[in-house]
Amino acid sequence: MTWETVIGLEIHVQLATNSKIFSGASTRFGAQPNTQACAVDLAMPGVLPVLNKQAISHALTFGLAINAEIGLHSTFDRKNYFYPDLPKGYQITQFQHPIVGRGSVEVILEDGSHINVGITRAHLEEDAGKSVHENMPGLTGIDLNRAGTPLLEIVSEPDMHSAQQAVAYFKKMHALVKYLRICDGNLNEGSMRCDANVSIRKSGDTTLGVRTEIKNLNSFRFLEKAINYEIERQIELLESGQKIQQATLLYDADRNETRPMRSKETSEDYRYFPDPDLLPILITQADIDVLKKLTPELPDQRRLRFQETLALSEYDANWLTADPDIADYYEATVEQCNNTKLSANWVMGELSAVLNRQELPITSAPITAKQLGQIISKIADDTISGKIAKQIFDDITRQADPSVDVNEFIKQNGLTQMNDESQINDIVDQTILANPDQVQQFRDGKHKVMGYLVGQVMKQSQGKANPKQVSEMLTAKLKTQP
Amino acid sequence: MPKMIIELEDLKNLARLAKIHLEPDAEENSKTDLNRIMQMIAEMQSVDTSDIQPMANPLDAVQRLRLDKVTESDHREEFLSLTDHAQHGFYTVPRVIE
Repeated sequence: MTWETVIGLEIHVQLATNSKIFSGASTRFGAQPNTQACAVDLAMPGVLPVLNKQAISHALTFGLAINAEIGLHSTFDRKNYFYPDLPKGYQITQFQHPIVGRGSVEVILEDGSHINVGITRAHLEEDAGKSVHENMPGLTGIDLNRAGTPLLEIVSEPDMHSAQQAVAYFKKMHALVKYLRICDGNLNEGSMRCDANVSIRKSGDTTLGVRTEIKNLNSFRFLEKAINYEIERQIELLESGQKIQQATLLYDADRNETRPMRSKETSEDYRYFPDPDLLPILITQADIDVLKKLTPELPDQRRLRFQETLALSEYDANWLTADPDIADYYEATVEQCNNTKLSANWVMGELSAVLNRQELPITSAPITAKQLGQIISKIADDTISGKIAKQIFDDITRQADPSVDVNEFIKQNGLTQMNDESQINDIVDQTILANPDQVQQFRDGKHKVMGYLVGQVMKQSQGKANPKQVSEMLTAKLKTQP
Repeated sequence: MPKMIIELEDLKNLARLAKIHLEPDAEENSKTDLNRIMQMIAEMQSVDTSDIQPMANPLDAVQRLRLDKVTESDHREEFLSLTDHAQHGFYTVPRVIE
């Protein structure tokens, strides 16, 4: 029996505003607990919500970027439930008339194929507080700093059919909200979280299977692992003749498994109704026109520009444009060295490896785009070898000093590639004399041994010889001399 | 319009959702009261509203918007002093772990 997986995602995006959606308290991350929770956020008697204009603009900016229908007349509703991190006993959200309606995005997968993911809707709502369990035996501590932070919840159609597709879509949305500057995109601070709805059905079936919802996934890796675990679990259940129970699950990363949330054992009934404290929001065509003019270059547009004007492959262009900060860094590198392909290789290879190792964002890279561009220029004009370039790159990233001039550094440390033929010639001659066995093997037709001989010359020259030149010289000498 | 009747089970479910404890002898009264309200709603539902825009708010006005400015300062100690259930700057509740 073959099974088809069906996945839809609900992504919660914390909108980049200074103040909360319904109060003037700060949204800054990392403050002492409850120092940014005002009377409105605490639901003190008599307080009223006052809507933040920036949250509306951000939501509309998103809607325009995915060519969605805009809710010109949208309203807020109350979603009623009790939980300690929700002081009002209800969450203000948009149920009946969301601000963003149907739209769609195109997603490029790892293998280069494209899929379209439909967006059902995106609506504004308020975030809840946070629960803390450490250092409080028998109690849970509540921090309401996050309560009231504006969220845009983006609901997708069930258009994805594997964990990889879901991750590619989540990455695409991450890129999009960062480009639009409506969210800082810091996944480790919870700025973007998603819930995954997963079901499976027999291949060829058109009706959907019973779905489960995995809550609160905040990394690309956990999203992928949680979905893959859940697919396996559902297939095992069905193949052993059991049924899937509709359920809300949490993913436990330490154990790599999903398990039901206790609070959701009984099905919830949120009893939505229009919030009488908030009037309808009216959006005019003039508002939309202003925002359209302000829309920055989007990831798809930038990717196409990289492909067309910088002659990058779709894969490289997609990789480099997934994060606007990386794309900016790459463009600054190219501006310095004028070599689009080498710049792409270095940013995607060495630089990305260093950033991963040191867990740094590219905006705190230990080497500037100018420095990297200078190194690449010196490789391209044969002043230094690739091996020396790597050594310089390591030295510069270790120093992490933006004032270091790479050209000076190369001069001071005598790292210029040996292009002087007589110097290389001497080392080649010495190497031939020192390795009679290998030389004989080469002459007997074992040409593989050339790699070893070139290596010996490179070693003698401390990596400064040009390996291509060395190889040519060795071949010429071994073929002509007795 | 079919009449909505609230049964005892519905009442118990509503009380659970609203976190209200109902004494058994109060259940019958509450059910009767709620069913009277349901009857009134049923009466209102009989009005033909097919060509009338749904109204989210009775005021003929639209939402006034606020500029995105931080206007609140830290009043944590005053707010925390309103409750006995606070520790280390947190409000505390009986332990809840998912």
